[in-house]
Amino acid sequence: MAELDLRTISKSFRDQPVLRDISLQVPDGSFTILLGPSGCGKSTLLRIIAGLESQTSGQVLIDGKDVDHLPPAERDIAMVFQQYALYPHLSVRENLAFALKMRRVPRDTIATRIAEAAQLLDIQPLLDRKPKDLSGGQRQRVAMGRAIVRKPKLFLFDEPLSNLDAQLRTSMRIELKKLQQRLQATMIYVTHDQVEAMTLGDRIVVIEGGRIRQADDPQRTYAAPADPFVASFIGTPPMNLWEGTLTRESGGHVFHNHGLTLPLPASLRFPPATPRSAVTLGIRPEDIALRETPRALQLNGSVDLVEDLGADLLLHCRVGDGRLVVRAARRTDRIQGQAVTLFFPVDKLHLFINHRRFDPPFASAT
Amino acid sequence: MNRRLLLALGIIATVGLSLLPFLWFVLTSFKSQGEIEAAPPAWWPSGSLGFYRSALFDHHLFDYVLNSVVVAGSTTLLALLLAIPAAYALARLTIPGKQGILAVLLCVSMFPQMAIAGPVWRLLDAIGGLNHRWGVVLPYVALTLPLAIWILASFFKELPPELEDAARVDGCGPWGTLLRITLPLATPGIFTASILILIYAWNEFFFALLILTQPEQQTLPVGIALFQGEFTMPWGELAAASVVATLPLIVVVLLCQRWIVSGLSAGAVKG
Repeated sequence: MAELDLRTISKSFRDQPVLRDISLQVPDGSFTILLGPSGCGKSTLLRIIAGLESQTSGQVLIDGKDVDHLPPAERDIAMVFQQYALYPHLSVRENLAFALKMRRVPRDTIATRIAEAAQLLDIQPLLDRKPKDLSGGQRQRVAMGRAIVRKPKLFLFDEPLSNLDAQLRTSMRIELKKLQQRLQATMIYVTHDQVEAMTLGDRIVVIEGGRIRQADDPQRTYAAPADPFVASFIGTPPMNLWEGTLTRESGGHVFHNHGLTLPLPASLRFPPATPRSAVTLGIRPEDIALRETPRALQLNGSVDLVEDLGADLLLHCRVGDGRLVVRAARRTDRIQGQAVTLFFPVDKLHLFINHRRFDPPFASAT
Repeated sequence: MNRRLLLALGIIATVGLSLLPFLWFVLTSFKSQGEIEAAPPAWWPSGSLGFYRSALFDHHLFDYVLNSVVVAGSTTLLALLLAIPAAYALARLTIPGKQGILAVLLCVSMFPQMAIAGPVWRLLDAIGGLNHRWGVVLPYVALTLPLAIWILASFFKELPPELEDAARVDGCGPWGTLLRITLPLATPGIFTASILILIYAWNEFFFALLILTQPEQQTLPVGIALFQGEFTMPWGELAAASVVATLPLIVVVLLCQRWIVSGLSAGAVKG
């Protein structure tokens, strides 16, 4: 167990910047998720922490010690790979023992550790098989076992569940969470799946374009995204976002977007330079009400399409030239093609000015 | 049904045609001198071992076999020893001009032997390699290296790089990774390359003839070719010696064949 400290890490491949100025502190025993779309640099960051890749500038500190010049083997980290990377010519037992043997751990200690890990992961019957005789889920367990037997300072996971089918992924997710709580280990987990990020992590670090967009606990990341990218990346379906401009008119501020004019509550206080600047207005599909709500903005639209998800409905609506998605209760009697009135509770609106969250925009409104 | 019959006939014809010369000298080696010279040829030998006896004892066949084993064996070992690290580096490391290096390697193996025979002879003369077994091993290694590197590099490239990352995290340095992970998984490639090198070094005639002029160092192909007496062609002894020369190669190839199986890395990664 250990804490990790990243200081202004940058990385370029052939003058192409992949990571820019990444600074991040991972406290001891935390489960930190690096979340982002493919190609955002999250896997590269993980490989830099592991020592498999070297950063162009910046420092990696484990327990306050600079590890930049240490090879992966000496950083005392374990890594679980997306493709499992089990050694095909070795049995499961030999796979688990490999790293310990390399570190000259005594034979009986190795046996004890393997027995512990095998019990924890429920893979005792598989110990003498070769990786090719295992199913995908079993391989994934062995890959995790290989990390667990090491008792490393840091666990690194590179999209470990992305090769499993949906059902298995859900159950492995739960097991992984339990495992982390049991081991009380520091884990860093790379994924592009926001559901995995929300359910597994103590903290989500959203990375896009090689930069950290937001590093927060899952609830806050969802409730108060730092910028329009995070707002659209977290949540299914994503937050409804409109880009537009803000003008000051007699009654207060008005938001304009092609065909959409939305008067904002007069009580809103904006920084002096705000009017006419580029703003993004957002609201989550589940925050839009179909009934009269106190302190809500009102918009008229029509329902284009209804998606029935079983538990609830997604209404794809058209408002002016824009579109938006509303999550509605199952018993909603709106049908396709019908006109609707949508209510946006003001305290549920998200406002981004120059791509930064303007916070709190509406909470103080009375 | 018809197509399968045609296919079967085609296979029989092809295999038969390629094996016919081999079959003929096997038969010849068991004949007696009289049967060889019979005017309507004698198809079936009487089973005499006289030619084997004479090839082994009068013509010192064993010395040639020994020379060939030494030359082919050390060529294979030396070429692999050089080719493995070279291929690994070309397959995995970021080397500027990697494609160029591979292309140049391929060009090296395209030089006609005739064109390099003179320079090779003079070089060996200068370093005292003429009439030494190591004198043929050197050009053999040089000529088989490109092929070995190409074969091995393509095998190394197909191994999932994640395996090597895992080995590095688990505590292996580059050599440890190569020895413990990459080589065991590239076994089929290593066997393929060694068999090709072995066959080349075992059968090579031209350089051996050029470099080894003393019978004590000559390899099988040269030794057998120089069997011929002053006035007669010892066909029987030639046939017997050829059988002796071919058998070890066939045995080695058949033994190694079961190692040349692909798919050894199945189970490492998904799929």
